[in-house]
Amino acid sequence: MLTKRIIACLDVRGGRVVKGVQFVDIIDAGDPAELAHRHAAEGADEVVLLDITATHEGRGTLLETVRRAAAKLFVPFTVGGGVRTADDAAAVFNAGADKVSINSAAIARPRLIGEIGASFGAQAVIVAIDARRGAKAPEDAEVYVSGGRKPTGLRVVEWAREAESRGAGEILLTSMDTDGMRDGFDCELTAAVSQAVQIPVIASGGAGSAAHFVEVFGRGRADAALAASIFHYGVTSSRELKAQLARAGVSVRLPC
Amino acid sequence: MIAVIDYKAGNLTSVVNALHYLDARDVVVTQSPDVVRGADKVVLPGVGHFQATQLLAELGLTEAVRQSIAKGAWFLGICVGLQWLFEGSTEAPGTPGLGAFAGICEHFPAKEIKQIDGKEIAVELKSPHVGWNSLEQIRPDSRLLRGVASGSFVYFTHSWRAPVVQATAAVTNYGGAFTSAVERKNVMGVQFHPEKSADVGLRVFKNFVEL
Repeated sequence: MLTKRIIACLDVRGGRVVKGVQFVDIIDAGDPAELAHRHAAEGADEVVLLDITATHEGRGTLLETVRRAAAKLFVPFTVGGGVRTADDAAAVFNAGADKVSINSAAIARPRLIGEIGASFGAQAVIVAIDARRGAKAPEDAEVYVSGGRKPTGLRVVEWAREAESRGAGEILLTSMDTDGMRDGFDCELTAAVSQAVQIPVIASGGAGSAAHFVEVFGRGRADAALAASIFHYGVTSSRELKAQLARAGVSVRLPC
Repeated sequence: MIAVIDYKAGNLTSVVNALHYLDARDVVVTQSPDVVRGADKVVLPGVGHFQATQLLAELGLTEAVRQSIAKGAWFLGICVGLQWLFEGSTEAPGTPGLGAFAGICEHFPAKEIKQIDGKEIAVELKSPHVGWNSLEQIRPDSRLLRGVASGSFVYFTHSWRAPVVQATAAVTNYGGAFTSAVERKNVMGVQFHPEKSADVGLRVFKNFVEL
């Protein structure tokens, strides 16, 4: 049967991997291509590289990093961060990415989703959504942009549905409330979005232990989950994480 | 010489990367019917829409592939490349496939019946079928899947699937069984992406390169 996916996520700035906790507190942690290969070797089902370089000059470095990573990476490779136009997406695909993740650019111009999909296939377009709800119900969670700083007034379920109707292949949902806290995903939020769309939903934000993943795959109804801080602290490998998930009854790819 | 057909249907960089990684000799990315006719092996990658295979006919590549197969070259279709080996797909009703295998490709059902707490419940099936799923009932005489054990995981990303036929070399279950690998003599196809399926995928490519 189709298994739940563990996706290793690397935040990259200026060609180096950095570590983010709720988007602050940066620590250098290495070469993105090497780390991507290491995660794949340690059982990651996919790798995501998120470029958080603020400037336009950084794009050349990013593409070179993508090329080096892609040359020896034989699991799906997604690149996000700073993809604003169909041309940006094409450059990333030509460098070797399998999927692109778009966030603010899709909100600013939703037609971008279909444009990229028309050239590279709908399954190659992931729409990333950052949402914050505080004490409100999941359906009332608000979508944020600009690295999770600016509220858009959009409600998460409505935007997810629109992204789907525009041709998104998957949704990558990050809870701003739980991100970086390593205290669990926002399972109610994830379930609300997963039930609202037919496309797969990747949960992000809050992973700290195997139990959190079990929860988000169960009552969170996620199809995949992102793991970032959990690996940067060497807490566990994807393989070891999946072994724990398997013991808890979650269907995962093992051996890997 | 291995000809990798470029019909602008998506990203073949990963396929070429994988072949190079395996030290495959003489890999040529091409749209030329002559190059395809002269190749020992032909790979047809592809993501995206079945409609895009129309370009193969327009470029004279459908005929070139037919001739290439007839003279004994090894052929491997990937993803839409496998679907194209059948008669067609409901995704693009006006676009015929090569017709090497009987049957039409269809969309996954929107729901599947699951047993939950002893009751039969119709549960929505996520679409596309994305992620790692297992190859089952691998045909023991398959050359493409030599050394791959049933239960091995490979990576899929598709919304349409090919029916199970006599030449099916492996099935995968998602809303029912579908053909995940097909093989009859020198004509082969995989619905999954060997270039994205880690060690199992590289083994499949290696088997093909070493034929």
